[in-house]
Amino acid sequence: MTAATDMTSLPAGGMVTRRAPKAGFDRLFRTASFTAALLVLVLLAGIMVSMVVGGWPAFREFGFGFITSTVWDTQNEQYGAWPAIVGTLSTALIALVIGVPLSLGIAVYLTQLAPAWFKKPVSTAIELLAAVPSIIYGMWGLFVFVPLFAQYVQIPVSNVVEGMPILGTVLYSRSPSGLGIFTAGFILAFMIVPFIASITRDMLEQIPSVLRESAYGIGATTWEVVRHVLVPQAGVSIIGAIMLGLGRALGETMAVTFVVGNANRLSASILDPGSTIASRIANEFNEAMGLQLNSLIALGCILFFVTFVVLCIARLLVSRVKRY
Amino acid sequence: MRKILVLAAVAAGIAGSAQAADITGAGATFPFPIYAKWAEAYKKETGTGLNYQSIGSGGGIRQIKAKTVAFGATDAPLKGEDLTKDGLIQFPSVMGGIVPVVNIAGVEPGKLKLSGDVIAQIFLGDIKKWNDPKIASLNAGVTLPDANINPVYRSDGSGTTFQFTDYLSKVSSDWKSKIGTNTAVQWPVGIGGKGNEGVSASVKQVANSIGYVEYAYAKQNKLSHTLVKNADGNYPAPDDKSFQAAAANANWNEAPGFGISLNNQKGAEAWPITSATFILVHAKPEKPEEVQAALKFFDWAYKSGDKLAADLDYVALPANVKDQVRNAWKGVTDNAGKPIF
Amino acid sequence: MTTSTSASPRELPHVPWGRVRQGRRSADRAMKLIATGFTFCAIFVLFWILGMLVVKGIGGLSLATFTQVTPGPGSEGGGLANAIVGSFVLTFLGIAVATPIGVLAGTWLAEYGRKSQLANLIRFINDILLSAPSILIGLFVYVILVEPFRGYSGWAGGVALGIIAIPVIVRTTEDMLNLVPSPLREAGAALGAPPAVVITSVTWRAAKAGMVTGILLALARIAGETAPLIFTALNNNFWFSPSLVGGVSNLPVTIYQFASAPYENWQQLAWAGSLIITMSILVLSIVARRIVAGGK
Repeated sequence: MTAATDMTSLPAGGMVTRRAPKAGFDRLFRTASFTAALLVLVLLAGIMVSMVVGGWPAFREFGFGFITSTVWDTQNEQYGAWPAIVGTLSTALIALVIGVPLSLGIAVYLTQLAPAWFKKPVSTAIELLAAVPSIIYGMWGLFVFVPLFAQYVQIPVSNVVEGMPILGTVLYSRSPSGLGIFTAGFILAFMIVPFIASITRDMLEQIPSVLRESAYGIGATTWEVVRHVLVPQAGVSIIGAIMLGLGRALGETMAVTFVVGNANRLSASILDPGSTIASRIANEFNEAMGLQLNSLIALGCILFFVTFVVLCIARLLVSRVKRY
Repeated sequence: MRKILVLAAVAAGIAGSAQAADITGAGATFPFPIYAKWAEAYKKETGTGLNYQSIGSGGGIRQIKAKTVAFGATDAPLKGEDLTKDGLIQFPSVMGGIVPVVNIAGVEPGKLKLSGDVIAQIFLGDIKKWNDPKIASLNAGVTLPDANINPVYRSDGSGTTFQFTDYLSKVSSDWKSKIGTNTAVQWPVGIGGKGNEGVSASVKQVANSIGYVEYAYAKQNKLSHTLVKNADGNYPAPDDKSFQAAAANANWNEAPGFGISLNNQKGAEAWPITSATFILVHAKPEKPEEVQAALKFFDWAYKSGDKLAADLDYVALPANVKDQVRNAWKGVTDNAGKPIF
Repeated sequence: MTTSTSASPRELPHVPWGRVRQGRRSADRAMKLIATGFTFCAIFVLFWILGMLVVKGIGGLSLATFTQVTPGPGSEGGGLANAIVGSFVLTFLGIAVATPIGVLAGTWLAEYGRKSQLANLIRFINDILLSAPSILIGLFVYVILVEPFRGYSGWAGGVALGIIAIPVIVRTTEDMLNLVPSPLREAGAALGAPPAVVITSVTWRAAKAGMVTGILLALARIAGETAPLIFTALNNNFWFSPSLVGGVSNLPVTIYQFASAPYENWQQLAWAGSLIITMSILVLSIVARRIVAGGK
């Protein structure tokens, strides 16, 4: 900043006397900004290396079995990632199943339906959902949502489906506490909505209005315009936005830890408690020693590579979204 | 932007002015409230603060080994060989009890009686219903529902789980061989709650559940506690008297660093799941003055902290044990080999 | 599109108008209803959360909340002063780390790297860092700063928050610089100013409002982060050391610890803290948006 104010005196000041330091400044500035840009690469590489190195003893000890094993036994020092991986994927999937329709609906409302004066407050409110800290979602989930969910959804549903084939397994909960995979996915859905909705909205807005107007011109309804004109146009970008939301959902920690139930078991029911990679790390990291610590970092390593792949796909699809 | 910077500078200034040399400690979550309470009172009296961070017993052991804190705290005592290997001295600071809590419609606090073996079978998943004959036979006159039992356990690694599983291992050979004793174990059934509060919340919300929490949590959250059969076959009420009774008959010198288990102690009035929580310091600390300050703090806590402990439902150590601990502190020496306490 | 446009004119004479239109119209109406319903559902959740914070938190707010340190369990009085100040310090430390790096890197992307392959790679990686799970960044800083330096510190916490803030600032800086019309740069260059001078005194100046917004958004992003602090700055019940060595008190971790305790005064403070932190972040986000809107 001091440099900037200094340079404003340039036209008035003597050019000649100042030339030499300026050339130096120019080179320095270029080098500094280049170094800063490279630092972004170094950071990512650093995270990657520290995860691989920290998790290496666990990978070496258990090999590929680390991923497929369902055991997490601190007593006998046996660790496997499978339940946490399944928990991570299923919470994220539930978040998408709920969050994507919500987001698309919001994007359509904002671009096609909302009265002009109403657009701004609504889109601000949606974006503010992203600003609420994760821990607050967790507290809302645990203290407000979970008791209501247990009483008005989980218990009735369990009573109805008990004994039914398939549904009786997938939706039955032996201990209707309100905590579980589904609850975590539900709360995650609202956490990813602002990301998917705002990117989709931007994408829909970028579609040339000629297309939309000509569709209306031939008598199409709003729904038909959305379904047959806008969505096909923005399709790939919307999938990218969804992948971006998925990336968020996979790594979310605090909110999930509060409501997922933290059980280290595989369960066929989505209303049963489970755990995710991030919740496992948050739960155990500070207590862990030795191989358990390595195994937790190895879990972090798996999470890193999964989100890395998902985000790569997202970025390739949404080549350059305007917001984040 | 400039305003923000000024604000930050002011903020840093406030922080600076209020600072004195603090004692640093980290570890077990179980004694966190009482250490925070003692620290508050000690700061008022002496001006010296104690920054205790409840990062878990494992974290406490890790931190003291890495010498990042003046003392570490753990609920699960270290064994003698570990103490010698790392040059650590271990002593108990305060005690507490763990109580099983239940949420069964119509069952009032302190009405349900359980034995250690029955609790073990419940958490093993062998006893599945509340009206199981094994439970009913202990509880003549109590109506128990024909409902599934929902066990609730601590999902995070914790000293509470260590003590609870240590107790179960003592009273059930099945538990000992299948599950064992640790800060986190492979629970065959049930749902996990993070922290005492997670277990409390789950037990409150889930009908027909059973969990285990530290006594303070059960009391503050008005959970329905159960009675547990002790080694003498009695069912004492969980309170400071029965916790003290468990400590009275123990032989504290049985294990190095006072690392004995108070679970299932003899004594007519002894609460069966009682435990002490422990402090670890280096015998030859790099910065003796820090450890000296820490020992002074615990000496003060032994002298003046009993009432505060009782207020928070912790139990002070017996007087003779305090003296033995003070004696053990002579083993902490400065660089010249002179005892610092 | 093809079906609706090609089908309707042809079927017009044969099929009774009403039925076709009825079907299309009700599909349209259903869609509108669902989209509107979803939108209000999301807004409802936002207000539900805010309502919960106000109802549970307002009782714990008083002057003491801002002037006194965190109390012991069950003690009279006490506040969150050390946690609030600590959060300020950590957040600004994070921003102080992230701003120069983020602004310079964003500048390099917009002004030097442009469409080169390296620039594209850095952009790509930056976008990935933008969404990287914050708990992994906490782990990373634990490995590089906490373990080697033997202990939790405010510095580690600040760096962790800084790493989270960097990609936000890189991204907004680049976007904002790209919005600056090139004739401005060319005019600067025509005066004989070297690129660095043009950037610092012309381009940055033109993009100032947007860049400040980026920094404010980064601030909002990191102010409520909990996961990375648990492994780095941890917490402190009293005033932390001005050297920032050892645990530094902060709001998110204090909320986390106090909300979990059985003592009423701690829970009350946890809710008050939640209210304070959420409202500050929301206000910050709204202000940041205002600046952008005003700047345009």
